[in-house]
Amino acid sequence: MPFIPHTEQEIAEMLQAIGVDNINALFEEIPSHLLAGELAGIPEGMTEMEISRLMHARASQHPQSICFLGAGAYEHHIPSAVWEITTRGEYYSAYTPYQAEASQGTLQLTYEYQSMMTAMTGMDVSNASLYDGASALAEAVLMAVRGNRKSKSRKILVPTTVHPAYRKTTHTIVRGQHIELCEVAYDATSGVVSLDAIKQRAEAEGGDVTAVVIQQPNFFGNLESVDEITDWAHEHDILVIAVVNPLTLAILQSPGEWGATGADIACGDGQPLGAPLSAGGPYYGFICCKQELVRQMPGRIVGRTVDLDGKTGFVLTLQAREQHIRRSKATSNICTNQGLVVTASTIHMSILGARGLENAASACHANTVSLVAQLSAVKGVDCAFNSPYFHEAVLKLSKPASEVLAALADRNILGGYDLSMSYPELGSAILVCATEMRTEEEIGAYAKALAEVIA
Amino acid sequence: MSEIPSELMYTKSHEWVRLESDGTATIGITDHAQELLGDLVFVELPEVGSDLAAGDACCVVESVKAASDVYMPITGEIIEVNDMLVDEPETINDSAFDDGWLFRVQPSSEVEFDDLLDADTYEAEIAD
Repeated sequence: MPFIPHTEQEIAEMLQAIGVDNINALFEEIPSHLLAGELAGIPEGMTEMEISRLMHARASQHPQSICFLGAGAYEHHIPSAVWEITTRGEYYSAYTPYQAEASQGTLQLTYEYQSMMTAMTGMDVSNASLYDGASALAEAVLMAVRGNRKSKSRKILVPTTVHPAYRKTTHTIVRGQHIELCEVAYDATSGVVSLDAIKQRAEAEGGDVTAVVIQQPNFFGNLESVDEITDWAHEHDILVIAVVNPLTLAILQSPGEWGATGADIACGDGQPLGAPLSAGGPYYGFICCKQELVRQMPGRIVGRTVDLDGKTGFVLTLQAREQHIRRSKATSNICTNQGLVVTASTIHMSILGARGLENAASACHANTVSLVAQLSAVKGVDCAFNSPYFHEAVLKLSKPASEVLAALADRNILGGYDLSMSYPELGSAILVCATEMRTEEEIGAYAKALAEVIA
Repeated sequence: MSEIPSELMYTKSHEWVRLESDGTATIGITDHAQELLGDLVFVELPEVGSDLAAGDACCVVESVKAASDVYMPITGEIIEVNDMLVDEPETINDSAFDDGWLFRVQPSSEVEFDDLLDADTYEAEIAD
């Protein structure tokens, strides 16, 4: 039975009613040179066996490139158990469930996720997740504006070492609320933002600043002076928003430990914790904060409680912040999120454990040190900055970055991120990354290929 | 039936105003309002020193089932807030007109008091 509901007879009747001989007569006014003619390239249908044979043949033609590309999303080892457990029917939902009587398992898992995130960030509270790292920063900015009642300016200092896509997304989300993002330039030698530059920008804005954003490690991979910036900000009643890669917290100081008093809000992208690169998503965003700001927190929060019989149970809590109660004055319109990716992330963290995460983070750093040493030894390649870095670094090239990266891709090497669009002042420069997935042989192969390409 | 002290002034949005002898005004929410909200769990007080106009949302009271804005009954400057409510918001449930006061205001002009309701008018208002 055809899926087109009109029978030949009905079509004939309709054509007759409007007085044309055939359907093509309806398209006569289209000039003949614009008609595509027969679509000869579309084959007849294939059986499942034929199509799977074809797809296997096509897949084997696709080269497995070696990835030295990071810039916000990273290739990490994900134990097979993570997605095997995550995709069980009991967990298979993108939503944060609100029916406590029907969802104790998922609610407990989200509660464990929140506990892990607060432990890693050194913060008091975590929500049940947001969409991605970029929108998490936008929510953090909105939270800071609501939470910092000593500041009237709605001005946020944002160093240009914060991820360019995060800055754009945040601008798009907050500009309608008359919040101004004031950029602070980084130091050309160190590739980090100096406290002096932040102070100067604050003074240029008249002194009243609501919050300062610090990304650690920053977009270039470099380590910012988070302690002195945090202390200065708090002396001036400025809230501190930390943008962090959660994996790095296994070995770096947590935002809660920045300076004497710690950052006020920590946010970022959860992708490095169990989400595959997968052509750009889905990933998830996280946001954590100090207890004082909990009522400014967007999204759902799972709490632990006891039922009438005194048994432990899990429920959504602090719902008075949310849109179904606060309507237009809700902290955010986010109510659902990336629940399934968060489930994977929680299982990933529990399988790796604190030591596994620390090992992965240390291996990332060690591999990147080796990568930078071998690549910068190539003639025509130089380190752009002299700061300590985590698992990414900027290299300046003597040939145009786009040509070099294209030539490397021909050799099945994803050589890095071309910085020329977002940072034209760097000239030809790329951001390179080596996670724990890269071997010494692969790093050596990259150095050899780069030497050939750039010669 | 909730208590409606006759010496206070009221708003349709359930705030009460007490004019003090020093010319300042103390402001809270009525017993009727706390009954509607139920057990209060959180109060977000205004910032001392802020100048606010009559009708501005200045404060949030949150109960187990709802969160509600409190509006400035008169124009003026916030000169004191009831800090005790931060740790014991349930004081409003127990003593809405007394220990559960929210904040004190230095009024900018006395004219606006005419816009407030007396106890009888407020009682008629909430009877509807």
